[in-house]
Amino acid sequence: MTNSSDRTRQGRSVSEGVRLVRAATATLKQSLGSWLSTLENKTQTTFNRYLDSGYDPGASDSHTRRGEQGIAVRNLSVCYGERYAFEGLTGEFQPGSLTAVVGPNGAGKSSLVKALAGMVRPAAGEVLCPALARHRLAYLPQQDELDRGFPITVAELVALGGWRNFGSVREPPPRVTESVFEALVAVGLVSVTDRQIAELSVGQFQRALFARLLLQDADVILLDEPFASLDESTTEDLLHFLRRWHGEGRTVIAVLHDLDCVRRHFPSTLLLARSPIAWGETDLSLSVDNLARAQKALVLAERGRIGRVA
Amino acid sequence: MIGQFIGYLIGPFETFGFMRIALVACVALALSNGPVGTLLLMRRESLQGNVLSHAVIPGAALGFLYAGYSLAALTFGGLLSGLGVAGLAALAARSRLQRQDSPLIAFYLVSLSFGVLVVAARGSQADLMHVLFGTVLAVDVKALVLIASISSVTLLIVAMFYRPLAVESFDPAFLRAVGGGGGAFRFMFIALVALNLVASFQAFGTLLAIGPLLLPAAAARCWTNKVWPMIILATVIGMVAAIAGLLTSYYANLPSGPAIVMGAGGLYGMSLLAAGRMRLKAKGLEGLR
Repeated sequence: MTNSSDRTRQGRSVSEGVRLVRAATATLKQSLGSWLSTLENKTQTTFNRYLDSGYDPGASDSHTRRGEQGIAVRNLSVCYGERYAFEGLTGEFQPGSLTAVVGPNGAGKSSLVKALAGMVRPAAGEVLCPALARHRLAYLPQQDELDRGFPITVAELVALGGWRNFGSVREPPPRVTESVFEALVAVGLVSVTDRQIAELSVGQFQRALFARLLLQDADVILLDEPFASLDESTTEDLLHFLRRWHGEGRTVIAVLHDLDCVRRHFPSTLLLARSPIAWGETDLSLSVDNLARAQKALVLAERGRIGRVA
Repeated sequence: MIGQFIGYLIGPFETFGFMRIALVACVALALSNGPVGTLLLMRRESLQGNVLSHAVIPGAALGFLYAGYSLAALTFGGLLSGLGVAGLAALAARSRLQRQDSPLIAFYLVSLSFGVLVVAARGSQADLMHVLFGTVLAVDVKALVLIASISSVTLLIVAMFYRPLAVESFDPAFLRAVGGGGGAFRFMFIALVALNLVASFQAFGTLLAIGPLLLPAAAARCWTNKVWPMIILATVIGMVAAIAGLLTSYYANLPSGPAIVMGAGGLYGMSLLAAGRMRLKAKGLEGLR
């Protein structure tokens, strides 16, 4: 009798102990769990912000804001050391405009495009470009700024254009492969899909970069001498994409040398020679008078600099 | 006959604990040096790697001054000064006063001299040799754990962030435009190189640490144009060089660090010759067609 009551008492105390421990672990789990999940969220935010801010898979479906994607510049100047690349540029690249940037060699055209793309910090003034902050800006540098010896195939290069679908660390979804194929068909490079980029001709490489631009699907597209050292037929093909992007309401800005090409295809032109000479409708900007002024301005700027050195 | 040969290959590692530890350390180093060396080579930043390897000296030397052969002091000192000099070199390059090579070479010479002066001021000739050329055979279990941890962390990071690390090296403007966080990955890569150099520093010293990092990758580059095969091949070549070097140093009674680097150098030379001949053959065939 006593034995059994002892046993029940014992049993009760054990079960009570178990219950106590369980309750304790439950509260511990709750408090630790919330702490852990906030920690996880924090890590996730930091990770996204600094290492993976380009991952944005939903973005491709929303073209609603494309109409607002212009670039405004206010008193913009860029310096290399003590030398001004260009200075005092104020104005706006209208949303959906197709603008050529022309000027003599050394006029600061590439520097302007780099400043618009956020690649170089302005020495003065500011660039207002909502597309840049939202990673909806694409920038095509001059070919010699890329390392053609890098071991990567054409398909891989083009697939990078779909970055927002996979970001820094994820596996590319199948739809990226499909759009790579479509883009390669569009630029006429299907036959070299699996070649290394080192094996391409200059024209083929430029076509591949345009295919990557197609995948990027950006609202603002900046091109630095996209047709330099290309043959006529390639230039013609690639111009077709510029016109198409313009038709789709994207803002396109290209640094160019060929004035005939600019007059034929570009509605607006910025004439730059260290400082802005003219900015507006192409025919007005590229008047004989303005072109002469551009040449003179650059000579004057150079002379001033040589005078300072001597 | 074959059994005897295998006996010669395995014997030293079977008999001596320090040979085993050295072997494991070298294999661990090869595992992380493969990917990091390949990336360094593809970025065409071998010179920067070289500078980093010397930038490790002053910190490690100062650590040695204050704490003797303390692993922690050597490691953190070396890592800090390596990253510091990398930062300074980046600043100097940004100022665009000179081409990027000149400030890099200046930093490399200054850090090397400073480190040697610091060690010479306090330590002995043997300490100096230890800092400059390392001693693979003196790696103890603590150092081995450090090397293995660094190598594991490196492998994890490269596996996770391979894409942005690679893109950053050939088209940084693109990475920035799509929001991949360009600057962060540049820093991450430099930190990886510095980490691996610190790990190698124990075994190969500051003068040779860059050898096991670059030579296997350069040899692998001769054989393939694709990145993953290159990384795997570089790792294997690094391991083969390590084993060959350790055995040579054991039987010929030579310093082991230089023997391993010589092994890697020999494999690089053979790869250059063999790959060149293969390319000639391929060209000849194409001509026939």
